[in-house]
Amino acid sequence: MITAPKAEVLQGTLDLLVLKTLDTLGPLHGFGIARRIQQVSNDALLLNQGTLYPALVRLEQRGLIRSKWGISGNNRRARYYSLTKSGQKHLTVEAQSWERMASIIARVLAGAEEA
Amino acid sequence: MNWLHQIVFRLRATFGKRHRDRTLDEELQTHLALLVEQNIERGMSPEAARRAAKLSLGGSDQIKESVRDHRGLPWLDTFAQDVRFAFRILRKSPGFTAVAVLTLALGIGASVAIFGFVDGALLEQLPYANPDRLMSVSESNIESPQWPLSYPDFLDWQRLNQSFSSLDIYNDAGDLLRTDSGAEPVQVERVSGSFFRTLGVHPMLGRDFNPGEDRLGGPNVVLLSYGAWLHRFGGRRNVIGETVELDNQAYSIIGVLPRSFSFAPSGNAEFWVPINTLSRHEHSRTFYAFMGIGRLRDGVSPRAAQAEMTAIAGKLQRQYAITGRSLSASVVPLSEIFVGDVRPILLTLLAGAQLLLVIAGINITSLLLVRSEGRKHEIAVRRALGATPRRLVRQFVIEALLLASLSSAFGVIVASGFMKLLIGLVPADMASGMPFLAGVDFNSNTGTFAAVIALLVTLLLTTTPALRLLQQRIHDGLGRGGERGASGQTWRKLGANLVIVELAVAVILLAGAGLLGRSLYRLLRVPLGFDPNHLATVQVIAPEKIYQTDQQAMALYSELIRRVSNLPGVESAGFTSLLPVECNCMMDSIQVQGRPHNGEHHEVDERHVSPAYLPTLKARLVRGRDFTEADDASAPGVAIINQTLAHRYFPGQDPIGQRITDDEGGRPSVWEVIGVVDDVHEAPLDVGTWPAEYFPIAQTHDRSFTLVVRTQQDAGMLLSVLVGTLHQIDPRLGVSDEATMNAKIDGTEAALLHRFSAWLVGGFAAMALILGVIGLYGVMAYSVSQRTREFAVRMALGAPRASVYRLVMGQAGRLIAAGLGIGLLCSMGTSMLIRNLFFGVQAWDAATLGGVALLLTLASVAACYIPARRATRVDPMVGLRYE
Repeated sequence: MITAPKAEVLQGTLDLLVLKTLDTLGPLHGFGIARRIQQVSNDALLLNQGTLYPALVRLEQRGLIRSKWGISGNNRRARYYSLTKSGQKHLTVEAQSWERMASIIARVLAGAEEA
Repeated sequence: MNWLHQIVFRLRATFGKRHRDRTLDEELQTHLALLVEQNIERGMSPEAARRAAKLSLGGSDQIKESVRDHRGLPWLDTFAQDVRFAFRILRKSPGFTAVAVLTLALGIGASVAIFGFVDGALLEQLPYANPDRLMSVSESNIESPQWPLSYPDFLDWQRLNQSFSSLDIYNDAGDLLRTDSGAEPVQVERVSGSFFRTLGVHPMLGRDFNPGEDRLGGPNVVLLSYGAWLHRFGGRRNVIGETVELDNQAYSIIGVLPRSFSFAPSGNAEFWVPINTLSRHEHSRTFYAFMGIGRLRDGVSPRAAQAEMTAIAGKLQRQYAITGRSLSASVVPLSEIFVGDVRPILLTLLAGAQLLLVIAGINITSLLLVRSEGRKHEIAVRRALGATPRRLVRQFVIEALLLASLSSAFGVIVASGFMKLLIGLVPADMASGMPFLAGVDFNSNTGTFAAVIALLVTLLLTTTPALRLLQQRIHDGLGRGGERGASGQTWRKLGANLVIVELAVAVILLAGAGLLGRSLYRLLRVPLGFDPNHLATVQVIAPEKIYQTDQQAMALYSELIRRVSNLPGVESAGFTSLLPVECNCMMDSIQVQGRPHNGEHHEVDERHVSPAYLPTLKARLVRGRDFTEADDASAPGVAIINQTLAHRYFPGQDPIGQRITDDEGGRPSVWEVIGVVDDVHEAPLDVGTWPAEYFPIAQTHDRSFTLVVRTQQDAGMLLSVLVGTLHQIDPRLGVSDEATMNAKIDGTEAALLHRFSAWLVGGFAAMALILGVIGLYGVMAYSVSQRTREFAVRMALGAPRASVYRLVMGQAGRLIAAGLGIGLLCSMGTSMLIRNLFFGVQAWDAATLGGVALLLTLASVAACYIPARRATRVDPMVGLRYE
């Protein structure tokens, strides 16, 4: 079975993905976030699960998410992350700018093919 | 506020580090477990599931490391690590640490302590309202820039001037206080009515003088100093309204001055009375006895006030046809009168202490450099193990930082001890005229100064090793041989230059100390014109209320002489209105009878003495005769003059039989010269001899005089007997200040100030010499150890040992010569700056500078001898194998 090479998560985009995931699903533990990102991307994204935790610390430090200990579905103690108000705002802004950027790049690429 | 959030977060993370590491661990365990479960659900075997999960999560230690970097304050962690490491390093070489800390602490301590005095005396404001508007106001003439005012002049100045919102005078007086045990001489300060209002000082208890209380014939009222109130009246608040007896007159206490009040020219005056009675002399316009203070009106500059007062003085002089002196006025800031004397000495000492600190700093820097050289191997190993150059530099900086902090902390302790020591060394007499001494302590100014000094020391200690390390990096690529050549060379040059600076500074301090020491030596060997050994002195005050008539005074004089002369061991006894070596004060303005007078000024010292006084001093009579008992009030006025007076006013003439005239207490008087005596040094030691005239005390009838007794044995043993005898004669006599003549001379301000500056600068210089020589030794020893191979090669090729010895000593000689040359040149400059402190010695005194050069050369050569010898002992084989 030959699979297409998986895309590495782009530098800086992991933050956006984490925020969006928390926005959609509400409070979630680290494993849940990783699983969700992989599911949504249909396993197309190669997420080094280890890089997730530094990202979470960074986001918490910037006040975009907050964390609390809770019990997971299988009765395990797990740390749940959730979006803060400023995280919400940050997500909106960043998502918009990402979409704008993506569409610009798409236009540039389309133009290049036509020529 | 995002950054604030981050800082708080990071700080919390730093201090709850263990806890956070544990939670992260648990979080990762959970993640792993969930991952394994998911893999099993997907149909893997548990073992495969675990393996896959671990692979996908990555190494837990890497994750933790990476999280930590984001979480806490990594630099704070490494900082703490470096500090711990530096502590271990310093503890490992306790000798080096102790020497470095002690040297720097002494340097810092001396600097800060001396600054404490500079701050108290020169920077702190006087404790009065708006002190910079307060001026010392006085007359002024050619001989003396601050000449006292006469009372009538004061009244006119007060009336005529527009510059001062208030103008007052003060004058100190000795009075006898009636106590339970008899009479005690106390210091009384007489002041004009608004004196305290001019200063802006209010009594803490009771009231100030009322207007009019200082008019002639005003009431006897007195203000107590805080000290007098506390010690003589037990600090009772109901003391107001009580009476004290001063000179057998009742004074009612109207108030107590605040504790913070001091007035330097009045010393420890305990009783403050208004000037409302004047002695016979004080009514005279030519009896100058009062010093003035004035508060400038807003907008009036001291210069404008000076101009106005000078004009007024000139006008009064013309109006009253005063011929004796050409008087002008002096208006200078009051602080000038308070601390003018000590300013140059304090600034000199401060400069000396700073130079010492410079030497100490340089010395420790060189030591650090040598150590960094010795630690090359350690540095190489640490670099190989992955320490970044930045980290290494930081390491050294932190070590230096630690050293500087330790030294500063100890320095502050040393400073506080040094301050106490120095204050204790000031004799009480002199301290009373320096109220600022009470305030010499750590305050915000001293603290700031100490902090700045500590910062500079830190900078010096941290930059040098850091620079050294950076420089070493440049040469790194050149490998071992290159490093030894180029980098070693540069370091040798830097070290050598530092030693030259050290030696030069040591020379400057030594030269200063030498010149000050020589000044002191000269000062204490000034020809006195009398024999100060075996002389006991004691001051006597006979209350004017009891000894009212001149006959009573005469009877007292003869009784005193009779009783004291009969004491065992006494050779002779006499008395004088003022002891020698005190001051050029109690001046007289004289003219020679029969000579035309064109307004010249003839200022002479005037002393009233008993017949036996000059023989008791062993002053040599050159011509004529001594006073006798027959020269009393009924006989014509007679005078003995000193050689200086004879030479100045009777050049080429026989003064015997000439008549001099003066204005004695407002009455024109004539005195026939009957004798000429060799100059007795009436002036302070550091001031030249003035013309002096001696009148028989039997013709002036002073009630206050000093008894001088020549003894066969030690004069000190007689003092208590002397005091006892005087009390026996009349317990109402004020008897004080008993001391031997030698002690009196040693305790004069001139002797003390010179001794202080000579000893302190001498101490600094000795320390500087030791440090400089140690520095030289360090550089030479290091240089020899670095050149071991070179010496071995030279000797292997046949160079005699003597030539190696010459090589090393030659290098040392160049350093010494450079340091000495630069130091001598600089010391001429610095000595010129402080030449006012010298006495009888020039700033370029060849003997002193030569002695300094010799001392430094000897000490330096001795220091270099050991390394030079070691160089000649190098075994060529060992030296070569060493490579």
